[in-house]
Amino acid sequence: MATPENKLAFDGGWDYAPAPESTDHARIDKRYGLFIGGDFVSPEKGRYFDTINPANEQKLARVAKGSELDVDKAVKAARKAYAGPWGRMKAKERGKYVFRIARMIAERSREFAAIESLDGGKPIRESRDIDVPLASAHFFYYAGWADKLEYAFPGRRAKPLGVAGQIIPWNFPLLMAAWKLAPALACGNTVVLKPAETTPLTALKLAELIADADLPPGVVNVVTGAGDTGAAIVTHPGVDKIAFTGSTGVGRIIQRALAGTKKKYTLELGGKAANIIFADAAIDQAVEGIVNGIFFNQGHVCCAGSRLLVQESVADEVIQKLKDRMETLIVGDPLDKNTDIGAINSKMQLEKIDSYLEIGQQEGAEMYQSSVSVPKSGYWCRPTIFTGVAQSNRVVQEEIFGPVLAIQTFRSFDEAVEKANNTPYGLSGGVWTDKGAKIFKMTQSVRAGVIWANTFNKFDPTSPFGGYKESGVGREGGLHGLDAYVRLEA
Amino acid sequence: MVAAHERVPVAKTYKIYIGGKFPRTESGRYFALEDKKGKVIANVCRSSRKDFRNAVVAARGAQPGWAKASAYLRGQILYRVAEMLEGRKEQFVHELTIQGSTERQAQREVDASIDRLIYYAGWADKYQQVFSAVNPVSSSHFNFSVLEPTGVVTILAPNDSGLIGLISNVAATIVGGNTTVVLASEERPLSAVSFAEVLHASDVPGGVVNILTGFRSELTEQFASHMDVNAVVYCDGGRKVAKTVQEAAADNIKPAISRRGVDWLSDAGASPYLIRDTQEVKTTWHPIGT
Repeated sequence: MATPENKLAFDGGWDYAPAPESTDHARIDKRYGLFIGGDFVSPEKGRYFDTINPANEQKLARVAKGSELDVDKAVKAARKAYAGPWGRMKAKERGKYVFRIARMIAERSREFAAIESLDGGKPIRESRDIDVPLASAHFFYYAGWADKLEYAFPGRRAKPLGVAGQIIPWNFPLLMAAWKLAPALACGNTVVLKPAETTPLTALKLAELIADADLPPGVVNVVTGAGDTGAAIVTHPGVDKIAFTGSTGVGRIIQRALAGTKKKYTLELGGKAANIIFADAAIDQAVEGIVNGIFFNQGHVCCAGSRLLVQESVADEVIQKLKDRMETLIVGDPLDKNTDIGAINSKMQLEKIDSYLEIGQQEGAEMYQSSVSVPKSGYWCRPTIFTGVAQSNRVVQEEIFGPVLAIQTFRSFDEAVEKANNTPYGLSGGVWTDKGAKIFKMTQSVRAGVIWANTFNKFDPTSPFGGYKESGVGREGGLHGLDAYVRLEA
Repeated sequence: MVAAHERVPVAKTYKIYIGGKFPRTESGRYFALEDKKGKVIANVCRSSRKDFRNAVVAARGAQPGWAKASAYLRGQILYRVAEMLEGRKEQFVHELTIQGSTERQAQREVDASIDRLIYYAGWADKYQQVFSAVNPVSSSHFNFSVLEPTGVVTILAPNDSGLIGLISNVAATIVGGNTTVVLASEERPLSAVSFAEVLHASDVPGGVVNILTGFRSELTEQFASHMDVNAVVYCDGGRKVAKTVQEAAADNIKPAISRRGVDWLSDAGASPYLIRDTQEVKTTWHPIGT
């Protein structure tokens, strides 16, 4: 908003004209069955649930609610494909199928992007420029590994594990499906995938694509449903590996459930990343990094820079610039190409975020929100910052998974390290300074799996991703991501 | 009984090793280790949970410094451990023999243990190059992944091996900059304590390796559940033990690394993949530009 103090009043009081992405090219069926054994089939118990558009609360489709019976069917289909055509196929040929998926996602990218934004609420700019291209790139990257695994594991022979059960979250529905499926398939496994309850559509569209790509039936199975469907996958004795992305709470339950079984697992769990700004940083770039760190994808990002640690001498300047920048962020229609922050993914998530806004204030922190107007229907949260927080405050320690930033200050390098590492999480971190030596010292000191130096929230298929401490076990992406889907023989 | 004109040998007190010191268990408890004939060979410390917690504190305190030591230095120190062990071969062969090995078995195990230390000493400045990567990301960033020690690792050492199992697991863990708390073989605990004395004489900083003796039934769950431990390695037990360890490990999402059924004397007991097990992969991004 244009105020005398705000140096970033680009709009000068004028509104942006609407620039909506059309959706007439995107086909969404009224009802989706489960994708098992190469076909869409009705759920055994005949139950369905609605998936809605969180931006207007309108129903998009009916989606099958998979039961234990359906999971069992899917696991059997996956086993059959593993014992049959997929297991027998030469690695080189297997790889070509994965390449084919990559290319077909690129061909259908516009449809995927539109549906991703409709079903999940994320801005079309992000689904179009980040989620969908990265999903395609992920398949393309791992496809090439299929016949080169002997170079990835020197001195060992890499064998597939069998049937992988994969449970993915709602924040990057298609991209997470790609992160899970691509390495699993490239390494020769078959898969039962469960998309999140609130965002099943792009996984189902991907199932259609996989059928069109002519993969042998049962190599990929998609079973939609909620938590109990996921639990049925985790506990099914015919599953050899579990890959889960989601909260640390659920990850802990899964790790316990797998105790005493031979199932391998990878867990990508929560985070509470510190974005550390030193006084000698390029401040304007750092402010952009803060905005990207916490407001990207409505803050529904496990590696979000949800804590800002700013050196005391520049704290006032940084916070003022951040507030100015927050005023320019457009919250609204996810399909509008000008939108910066889309809809909160679900009513449940909005309630969780709102409860943390209460908690933060009750704990004595000062809350500031931008003055942007938000639509009347749908689920929305204005970009929010908390200042005056203590290390022990819940908004500092716990993952909120929304556009909410907790700001702390520090004086010395050591204090920044101490505060950065003082949570149970260790997924990611950021550091901003113009000094190379300081960058290396800080990137070595922060106990986290991904560190962005003078940048934030960058992703690439070749770049391993995953956490230290309670942020998880294992890596996804890159050479190191192969390890999750093979067993090594001498 | 010793004949009247002979010298009376001095019996050794087998103590535990915490933070570079050799205390008795704080609990004051012991268990008597007997030979095949039922004769008491030694009173062994029956370590308590409190001993274990103290050992974790020592291991945590020593970890940052040990991780900062150069790979070259860690390699040299492991080599030094091998040198010290070579010099005390007879003692270790003797101890393994009184714990039930034949002379030939004991000889073979001690030789293999020394060689195992040399093997991992050699890996100290090489595993990073084998397992690291520079990642060709599409955007204009320099992106690389390196291994970092996970931190404090607990090891439930193999029960059926007095020395080689313990040394294989300890060496693979500490060579990568981790520190460790080890529960020695319950059946053959003596060599573990004597090995602590070797470590103590080998420039291994206090707290890097902490060795407890005691009962599996009492300590297994603690080794797996402790919230300031980053990974747990277990080398024995059936499904029930695995379940206990893995369930307890979930308290803070620590990896539970199973190394059951490994023949530690064979080459299968030596691999850089054992080093990698207790490492985290850290990926760093930096823009390329002006």
